[in-house]
Amino acid sequence: MNVLEILRLLAPEFILLITGFAVIGVDLARRRQDEGKTAATVAVMGLLLAALASVWLYLGHPGEIVLFTMAIDVYGLFFKTAAFIGVALVIIASVNFMAGRSKYLGEFYALLVFAALAISVVVSASNLILIYIGIEFLSITSYILAGFLRGDKRSEEAAIKYFLYGASAGAILLFGLSILYGVTGTTDLATIGDLLLRSRSAHWLGLVALMMALAGIGYKASLVPFHQWAPDTYDGAPTPVSAFLSTASKAAGFAVLGRVILTAFPQLQPDWTQILGAIAVLTMFLGNLTALKQKSVKRMLAYSSIGQAGYILLGLVAVNQSGNFGGMNGLMIYLFGYIFTNVGAFLLLLAIEQKSGGSTDISQFKGLATRSPALALIMAMFMLSLAGVPPTVGFLGKFYVFAAVMNQQMLVLGALAAVNTIIAAFYYLNVIRHMYFSESEVEGGVMASRGLMTVLVVNAVMVLAIGIFAQFFMTWVNNSVSMIIANGF
Amino acid sequence: MDLLRSSVLSLIVFLPVVGSIIVALMPKEKEDLIKKFAIWWSLIPLLLTIWVAIDYAMNFMHGNQMAYQVKLAWIPSIGVNYHVGADGLSVPLLFLTALLTTLGLYYSARVIRKRVKEFFLLFLLLSTGMFGVFVSLDLILFYVFWEIGLVPMYFLIGIWGNPKDRPQYAAIKFFLYTLAGSIFMLLAMIGVYLSTGTFDILQAAQTGVWTNAPMFATLSFWAFFIAFAIKVPSFPFHTWLPDAHTAAPTAGSVILAGVLLKLGAYGILRVLLSLFPGQFAQFGWIVAALGVIGIVYGAFVSLAQTDLKRLIAYSSVSHMGYIMLGIGAVAVALNMKGTEGAAESAAMAFNGASLQMFMHGIITGALFFLVGVVYERAHTRDLKVFGGLSAVVPVYYATMMFAGFASLGLPGLAGFWAEFFTFRGAFGIVPWLAVIGVIGIVITAAYILYRIIQSLFLGEYDPKRWTHWTTVFGEHADGPTDMALFEKVTLWPLVILMIILGLWPTPLLMYFNEAATNILSNLHF
Repeated sequence: MNVLEILRLLAPEFILLITGFAVIGVDLARRRQDEGKTAATVAVMGLLLAALASVWLYLGHPGEIVLFTMAIDVYGLFFKTAAFIGVALVIIASVNFMAGRSKYLGEFYALLVFAALAISVVVSASNLILIYIGIEFLSITSYILAGFLRGDKRSEEAAIKYFLYGASAGAILLFGLSILYGVTGTTDLATIGDLLLRSRSAHWLGLVALMMALAGIGYKASLVPFHQWAPDTYDGAPTPVSAFLSTASKAAGFAVLGRVILTAFPQLQPDWTQILGAIAVLTMFLGNLTALKQKSVKRMLAYSSIGQAGYILLGLVAVNQSGNFGGMNGLMIYLFGYIFTNVGAFLLLLAIEQKSGGSTDISQFKGLATRSPALALIMAMFMLSLAGVPPTVGFLGKFYVFAAVMNQQMLVLGALAAVNTIIAAFYYLNVIRHMYFSESEVEGGVMASRGLMTVLVVNAVMVLAIGIFAQFFMTWVNNSVSMIIANGF
Repeated sequence: MDLLRSSVLSLIVFLPVVGSIIVALMPKEKEDLIKKFAIWWSLIPLLLTIWVAIDYAMNFMHGNQMAYQVKLAWIPSIGVNYHVGADGLSVPLLFLTALLTTLGLYYSARVIRKRVKEFFLLFLLLSTGMFGVFVSLDLILFYVFWEIGLVPMYFLIGIWGNPKDRPQYAAIKFFLYTLAGSIFMLLAMIGVYLSTGTFDILQAAQTGVWTNAPMFATLSFWAFFIAFAIKVPSFPFHTWLPDAHTAAPTAGSVILAGVLLKLGAYGILRVLLSLFPGQFAQFGWIVAALGVIGIVYGAFVSLAQTDLKRLIAYSSVSHMGYIMLGIGAVAVALNMKGTEGAAESAAMAFNGASLQMFMHGIITGALFFLVGVVYERAHTRDLKVFGGLSAVVPVYYATMMFAGFASLGLPGLAGFWAEFFTFRGAFGIVPWLAVIGVIGIVITAAYILYRIIQSLFLGEYDPKRWTHWTTVFGEHADGPTDMALFEKVTLWPLVILMIILGLWPTPLLMYFNEAATNILSNLHF
């Protein structure tokens, strides 16, 4: 493999690397003039370019391993494209919000670009070392982002909690990966899969390694019981960062989890099906039941995002060889739609926070439908999508995940997921109830900056469009998943 | 003509969406324009459904297949299609939906005063969901329309509900009850696909669902049944209904009772009967028994009400019980193949249940409008404060008499035929249940006559008992005023239908009998 070929296959990563430094440079030059607008523009351009590069690579049906560590395949490229778009949306929406809150705007956007780079690396990583490095890279950028509002106690708490939890999880992950290396003598996922398949005696050690890896990766995806950092961090972090952490970063966690489990541990499927099934049920119930009681919408979304992780995980629990309801395609379409829905829902809070001076209490939403009908309508669509009401994308994701569960004849799991859907509908509809049914407690409309409004409209349109033009997106998803299923599983 | 035939169902379903988008683009201050537009726009689907009814009667009778079928790929990789079609069962229900939508919009134009634009937008959207369910021949499409109808109704109850009746509680209860049923139905629908490889209702019915796995078949049957029974609502899943009905604005109650409840019964006949005939035959007696419990229990609870609207809401529980009894009898009859008279009784019960769907739609629709008439003037629905109104508001009295007598099944009015056919059919199949059910008819007569007619209209009118009268337009009045022109225009078409169909049910029966023959013969009956 020559240098040019490597450059081509790693184009998204290189684009992001250059963009990240360019953002810092541009910011140094123009900081005083425009409150970070140029820096944000550069960052968004870079991200969109990287997304285009990913699509371009995707269309070439790649399947190469670059430098023995990165699998440039359709599976990874799918997640890259989705994550880049998600981060770009976050940046566009946060320009106005961040301008008044922090002096270090260039660094903020640059860190988001670097976080996207970390996601890009980690979703392609096919090697234990790179997986660890990628996750740590993503974590470190995330810690800083979560604590970006210096002087805001809650932001600082968010960062320190995330950091302490992430550091421990990282250590456990590393321990698990070292066991895996000790058993097999290699760091390559596919080879590990082969070796574990052949050696029966490695079963128990493999299981221990799997559990540890699960703790290390599962915390990124906020799976119970590795979720304790998530509510406070999502709640306390600056809202754009919460939007990022609960979507793109979470998607990366699921991407790694899927690749590791399906490539390195296919022979342990009977074991991890049960473990992951139990985790999924716990995650759904804990997230949804706790979200019921929240008064602050941001905190409600934090718990809801834990609950959503439970549904998403069902796709991996029910993974199987059938083309249509193979589980992984459900996980991926769910995540893809979830990125638009949840980024939208969190970012809409920016407008509410601007108006209320930081509070996202449910009372701020009262009567929003009469004060700002457009925002209320958009929020209602996000809530209905999260609740899984057709024809939104939330329904499409739930449909595919549930279908996979049914396909594996996991009836109890399906029933528990259905019960959770009903519980969750209550608190999502509660937001709608306050927006549409209650009298306003606050005077005056809620203003959204132009960038934010654009992002919200794009997200709302996508929420409907993916649900209605489902075949187009499902073809893409099915292609992306075919290889990882066929190869390792 | 062929172009119209292939697109007419889609036009009926999606024109209201187009209408609501146009309403959304209108400025909120132009209330008159919005109202006029919505009413006129809703006439297009109404005319189309009338055309469909005529065209179907002239060209598609005895065709033994779905008419106006359109099948377009939606998610081809899993065989989800936009597959619509209509038969004798759906054609009259489409007309009923369009009629009640237009009347509801027309009536609301006078009485809805807050957030006018949103109301008319949502009302149009609501009709899309209902039309969609009645024409869907694909399970996923069916589910999508089923849920689409849920959301606007949730808003109608929550926003325009009467603040005294806890509308927010009623709205969320309505939504969660329906969702609780439908989410399990979705799982069962996926099961149908896994078993048959298709989401198409007609194809799946031909293949047979879970024929080799009786346990899955039974589970799927109950998942579907509970979803539909909640919507109907059948005892013991009926508790959302009195709250939702009482809280909803008048036109919302009309649509809720007139059409939304029918979605459940329609689902049972269209989906459950054709996909799970074996299980249905086995458990049909439970369905019939629940129907009978609903009839008697609903009637007794009605008798105990002092709130006029709540009374009529419970009377719906009772009247929907007839439908469940009829359908349950049809199902039980499936096990009696060959027995003398079973086929005839099954067809009778089928006709009775579907007639009751239509008749209950116009009768209870009219009754809820009539509640609106008195409530807009007195601002109370407490039956204890009225009395002797017959002399003061004779037109209202006469209209209520027609609707009330139709509701209690007086021969010559619409309700009679539905009850007659249902009980005639049920007697031949589940005689004991039918006998118990007849008690309901007696109690129905009691609550209509004693509760409604007597406490509203008979006796001496005493002006001091209730003094807070206004006109229907909100101006002060010294006493009750009679029905205004717009109320007459709203109600009289329904009354005329009650009389015509009471004297001459044949045209309506023609459609339903066609459906009964087709559906039962597809079950090799």
